[in-house]
Amino acid sequence: MLVELGHYALVLAFALTLVVSVVPLWGALNGDGRLMAVATPVSVTVFFLVLVSFAVLTGAYVASDFSVVNVYENSHSAKPLLFKITGVWGNHEGSMLLWVLILVFFGALVGVFGGNLPDDLRATTLAVQGWISAGFLLFMLATSNPFNRYENPPIEGNDLNPILQDIGLAIHPPLLYVGYVGFSITFSFAVAALILGRTDAAWARWVRPWTLLAWSFLTLGIAMGSYWAYYELGWGGWWFWDPVENASFMPWLAGTALLHSAIVMEKREALKVWTVLLAIFTFSLSLLGAFLVRSGVLTSVHAFATDPSRGVFILGLLCLFIGGSLSLFAWRAPMLKQGGLFAPISREGGLVLNNLFLTAATAAVLVGTLYPLVLDAITGEMISVGEPFFNLTFGPLMVPLLMAVPFGPILAWKRGDLLAASQRLYAAFGLALLMTLFTFWLWGMERVLAPLGVGLAVWVMAGAISEIVTRVKFFEIGPKRGFARLYGLPGSAWGTATAHFGIGVTVLGIVTSSAFQEEQVRTMRPGDTVNVSGYELTFDGAVPRRGPNFVEEVGHFTVREGGAFVAEMEPSKRVYTARQMPTTEAAIHTIGFSQVYVSLGERRNDGAVDVRAYCKPLITLIWIGCVIMALGAAFSMADRRLRVGAPKPAAKRKQSASVPAE
Amino acid sequence: MKRLLVCLSLVLCVLSGPSLAISPDEILEDPALETRARALSAELRCMVCQNQSIDDSDAPLAKDLRVLVRERLVAGDTDAQVIDFLVDRYGEFVLLKPRFAWHTFFLWAAGPLALIAGITAIVITLRRRQSTTAAAGANQPAPKLSAEEEERLKALLSSKDQS
Repeated sequence: MLVELGHYALVLAFALTLVVSVVPLWGALNGDGRLMAVATPVSVTVFFLVLVSFAVLTGAYVASDFSVVNVYENSHSAKPLLFKITGVWGNHEGSMLLWVLILVFFGALVGVFGGNLPDDLRATTLAVQGWISAGFLLFMLATSNPFNRYENPPIEGNDLNPILQDIGLAIHPPLLYVGYVGFSITFSFAVAALILGRTDAAWARWVRPWTLLAWSFLTLGIAMGSYWAYYELGWGGWWFWDPVENASFMPWLAGTALLHSAIVMEKREALKVWTVLLAIFTFSLSLLGAFLVRSGVLTSVHAFATDPSRGVFILGLLCLFIGGSLSLFAWRAPMLKQGGLFAPISREGGLVLNNLFLTAATAAVLVGTLYPLVLDAITGEMISVGEPFFNLTFGPLMVPLLMAVPFGPILAWKRGDLLAASQRLYAAFGLALLMTLFTFWLWGMERVLAPLGVGLAVWVMAGAISEIVTRVKFFEIGPKRGFARLYGLPGSAWGTATAHFGIGVTVLGIVTSSAFQEEQVRTMRPGDTVNVSGYELTFDGAVPRRGPNFVEEVGHFTVREGGAFVAEMEPSKRVYTARQMPTTEAAIHTIGFSQVYVSLGERRNDGAVDVRAYCKPLITLIWIGCVIMALGAAFSMADRRLRVGAPKPAAKRKQSASVPAE
Repeated sequence: MKRLLVCLSLVLCVLSGPSLAISPDEILEDPALETRARALSAELRCMVCQNQSIDDSDAPLAKDLRVLVRERLVAGDTDAQVIDFLVDRYGEFVLLKPRFAWHTFFLWAAGPLALIAGITAIVITLRRRQSTTAAAGANQPAPKLSAEEEERLKALLSSKDQS
């Protein structure tokens, strides 16, 4: 009965999204305040209804109600509680429900916190958000209903894919979805601006925090997914340029560009039309990602044919939203007023350069991801596009961008002085040069590119610090007043410097871990020792062990450095009993920022076992850098200027000031 | 959920149980040849997996290909000859980095073309806006005062005279 309630709530939510799609928009276009006022309460109600649905499905998972097809297919009564809950979104139907839940949650947030928005803008934005919600709710109800039931329920479930039975599943998809779906708000704002034919100050103020929020979650989501793949899949890679990864990376690249162009729009009223277009592109890429992953078109062309209804449905939604918004853009964009002028060498110019390279990089990744599909469809020729291709085409686009990063925030608005900016970066440049030479000295000429990569990373990091130091004029006014000024810096300045520092940290991790990694592949007998980068790994033997829903064989290793004990490591090989599926559990030991990584391979008849051991110098910096970037976004969001709302005309302000404080 | 499909395809690759991508008995004695073999393996696709190189994959087919690459190298083939041999046998699908040819032109050119298109668009926009603002500044004289404004101006000036 409860399950039917969840199903009913979902249908009701769909009906209400139809209301919010039409009524407030009608009101906004005809200036009817009562119709516009419908938007907020209905959006909030839709959120609560979907929340009920989600809670019901979660309840069915926790109670192991195998009469629900979705629960039967993806759960097992012996599964730990955490994985019963995360299993809700460990499958197609449930993950779509989570997607829709976040979608309507954002709609409700705009309704509740959008008090300082003009009424027609808020109503139109919520209506557009309603269209998206209605589309996805209809998709769920028509093709992927998680509440389907069995007449004769089975006794035991099929269990969740063992690779997904990990804390990673609890964190990674929700973060990623908040990122993906967060861009729907900027999309709705952009479409609303096009419908109303204006982008005012309030519009500009709202777009940036939402973009920041979505972007920071997407950054964390991608980083989490990357780390999960790194420790779970067992061969030590952390990024594979897999189409499914690209699907999340493209909105990130476009979102990063959007973040930067939104600054220009907010501060200088320039690049309005471009920002609107980027907002449309970014969410379109999120939708494309959803389509690529959900339809299965990328895994194999046949998966698409086995369940064509889902793929075709999402493709229809994709065409409707992307085609519709781009047509609207072509029609209405000329009406948007262009703002301030600027010289090529200026803060704006720097941000345009950022957008140029990020957009080109997005295009390269997009074409690389879709080209094999298109070529196959047109000519029938099968080609593969993988990691070596992306390294070659994406990498060169990032190098000039990273070189330019430290200049951007130091240049003045409107008309900057490149020479003066360079002088402020002497110290950063010197440090980068020093580190490059140091790496050369340490590693010799065998890897020429790696020291340059290290230099680039240090340049970006030191540049970010220089920016803060020059902003507070630390050396001119002395440390005491310098610290006072440091404290008084706006959040967005801290945000910029922190995020730029973070990208430098990530680059450093990528360069060092890929260039200076050491790998050993050996067949080891108990008592054997293998040496990686100065660490001695001794294999002590393997023992069987039992988990709640798996059996495993655990290898025991002792790590020593120069004879001194460092750590014990226990990589294992598991077999999940319900699906009889084997997995490899790597053991990872972190030393400083570096990691020793051991995974087990085939077991020989004589008790020996194949072992793959790595030392990956500074590899954790890759993910730490991402966390720092997200932190930077949080600093920017905390900026007071984003909270106080758009400036109001003087008369209104006086009026509101005269209202006594409550 | 972006990992789900990767995981599923991985599972398909691991039909024979988990093992290491490269097993110790495949490794060649000669370190120089082995380094070349590893570099080549990273550019060759495991054709039964999703977008994995034979260097990363656990599938039996990937193992066969790794052994084959090493056999060719030991027999004295150059890297290019090994690649040609595999493309002849399995088609271009086996290459993770497609060859530059007419049918992959747009694939390789997408990034640079986007960059060039972007630069062109920026230059054109800047030129157009500079010329329109320059033209606006040069051709339009300051707007004339309306009759009403003329009268107010006169009144103001005369009141100033009086004081």
